[in-house]
Amino acid sequence: MTTLTEAPLNDADGLLPSKKKSTGGGLGTYILIRFFLIIPTIFILVTLVFFLMRVIGDPITAAQGGRLPPEALAQRIHEAGYDRPILVQYFEYVGQVATGNFGTTITDRRPVVEMVLTFGTATLELAINALIVALLVGIPLGLIAAYRRDKAPDAVLRFFAILCYATPVFFAGLLMKLTFSAWLGWLPVAGRASTRTELAMGSLAAPSGIYWLDALRSGNMAAYGDVVSHSILPAATLGLLTAGVFLRLVRTNVIGTLGKDYVEAGRSRGVSNYRLVTKHAYKPALIPIITVMGLQIALLLGGAVLTESTFEWKGLGYQLVQYLNSRDFVAVQGIVVMLAVIVGVTNFIVDVVAALIDPRVRY
Amino acid sequence: MNASAVSGRKQPLMYRLPVISHFRSSVGLQRGMLVTGLVLTLGFLLTAAFAPIIAPYGFAQLSDAAGPFPAQQPPSPAHIWGTTVGGYDVFSRVIWGAQTAFVVIVVAVAMSIFLGVVLGLLSGYFGGWLDRTLVVIADAIYAFPSLLLAIVMSIVISHGQSSFWGGIVACSVAISVVFVPQYFRVIRAETIRLKAEPYVESAKVVGASSARIMGRHIFKNATRTLPLIFTLNASEAILTLAGLGFLGFGIEPTSAAEWGFDLNKAIADASSGIWWTGVYPGMAIVLTVLGLTLVGESINDLNDPRLRGRKKAAAGKGGPDSTAGAQAAPEAEARVL
Repeated sequence: MTTLTEAPLNDADGLLPSKKKSTGGGLGTYILIRFFLIIPTIFILVTLVFFLMRVIGDPITAAQGGRLPPEALAQRIHEAGYDRPILVQYFEYVGQVATGNFGTTITDRRPVVEMVLTFGTATLELAINALIVALLVGIPLGLIAAYRRDKAPDAVLRFFAILCYATPVFFAGLLMKLTFSAWLGWLPVAGRASTRTELAMGSLAAPSGIYWLDALRSGNMAAYGDVVSHSILPAATLGLLTAGVFLRLVRTNVIGTLGKDYVEAGRSRGVSNYRLVTKHAYKPALIPIITVMGLQIALLLGGAVLTESTFEWKGLGYQLVQYLNSRDFVAVQGIVVMLAVIVGVTNFIVDVVAALIDPRVRY
Repeated sequence: MNASAVSGRKQPLMYRLPVISHFRSSVGLQRGMLVTGLVLTLGFLLTAAFAPIIAPYGFAQLSDAAGPFPAQQPPSPAHIWGTTVGGYDVFSRVIWGAQTAFVVIVVAVAMSIFLGVVLGLLSGYFGGWLDRTLVVIADAIYAFPSLLLAIVMSIVISHGQSSFWGGIVACSVAISVVFVPQYFRVIRAETIRLKAEPYVESAKVVGASSARIMGRHIFKNATRTLPLIFTLNASEAILTLAGLGFLGFGIEPTSAAEWGFDLNKAIADASSGIWWTGVYPGMAIVLTVLGLTLVGESINDLNDPRLRGRKKAAAGKGGPDSTAGAQAAPEAEARVL
């Protein structure tokens, strides 16, 4: 889905193999079937990641081999149960995951779920900010491109969309840092907030972990400004990556709906071209965007890992790289599996929303 | 368009080759996009091929006859794009990086095409439980962030970092794991469609083996769309390679030059306003991906008659007409209606 080929209007339906089999049925049946389709997806990814990570040996040797004497190492491997047959470990792991236990990290001995929740909020904040940028940039530009189809603005905008895709997020981030931080000095270089704000955020009674929300709730306007100024560059960097996809999608779909009979009928009644685009063709063209937004979550999460590393944004992606470098594979496995769950659940929610809006999606 | 396409007369082989036939059927803006893409891609290929001649220094070279290279030197006659914090020559590393990127693309895409085509043919032709299992697995992989999967794979294969060929293979396998499901889907769908064609049925009646039907009758027809996926995937392969390198899971700097790795080192420089260590490798990635994407995009548009701009029908062999594209589109839609 990260390729540039435009998704046809009903691409998401192709992901649901059971579609043709069920007959009739309402929204309830659809949601139920769609819900049970998440389970095999997550199960397969858990299995895949588990066996891949075990091919290279047990996690304790990977993390601490060479640092501990062989006897102590064997002792710890035995305690953690990594010397048992691999299938026994696998079924135990699947059972743990099913009950919401993703293990404990080796390097700092934290439960993976707790660690993911702590850093996940930062990633969530970044993803939401980026999505806002992407929608604000992508949809209007896509409309303009469709409205001025095959004219100069369309050519420029299409080129811009390809450029958004062709620029790796970390290079876009580097250019923004150079321009707005190093040369112009308008915005901070990295991090989620300055040290003073971080301290203020840490001392809050019940922090949500989403800084701008916390800053607003505590009424600390200086902190709020600080948080916003730190958010702009990462959000713009990650947002532009997705904005290109949205731009192309809106353009293709609006052009598609502009060819429909009812738009033609409107045109024959003398409705202006501008009004046709903004009133008639715009709304039906937005439905596929919701579907594709779900597919973009995977791209967004992958981009978030790179963006967080570029801007030292201490979220899941940043943390993932830290754990990878310290060879803590239990933590890595936990984060990857948690992300698989997030992707699965998001796709489910998006499909349900699409079904609520467009009755044709249900079957 | 071409009269011969209508009459069915065969054109010389040269005009039927993918890119050349696309070029001939393009007009105006689309031809511009295709040509820009081709020029950029050609530039990339030439740089990769002649890297040893173009680059003034080796990718891991830290000194020459005049002594060790100074660190973080701005562009100067001796080092036209400056030097990095480690004392490498930026220009040389960017040039050598093209070679690394090229090798990784070829290995990765070749591997994924091979696996994807074989699995897609088998899955689509035989159907049944094999088909269902493979589809579910492919969908699961497809829905997952590709970069994360590539990271996991590169740890499995090389434990992070390794030598030139070790690193190349690790990166390529990591990338191909992401791509195989894409090829698999396309080939499987085509195979299912072609399986119902009369000529496949008749081959069955004649008594051809499954292997022969797949290899001879379906394979050739199912792989028509591959040039398009190839160009799109080649650009994604570069981005994935750079992403892996940026996170530190690529190839060691002493084994090969890699753009993503250089950008990783350049992020710290950016804070202090040192631009030349990051901008050049970054531009190399952007231009290469841009070139490949433009070629892929143009081929995609030109394959689809609804998206293709047209030469004026009456003018026949008349030269490219920039306004024709704009006019042809509504006409095409009217004809569909």
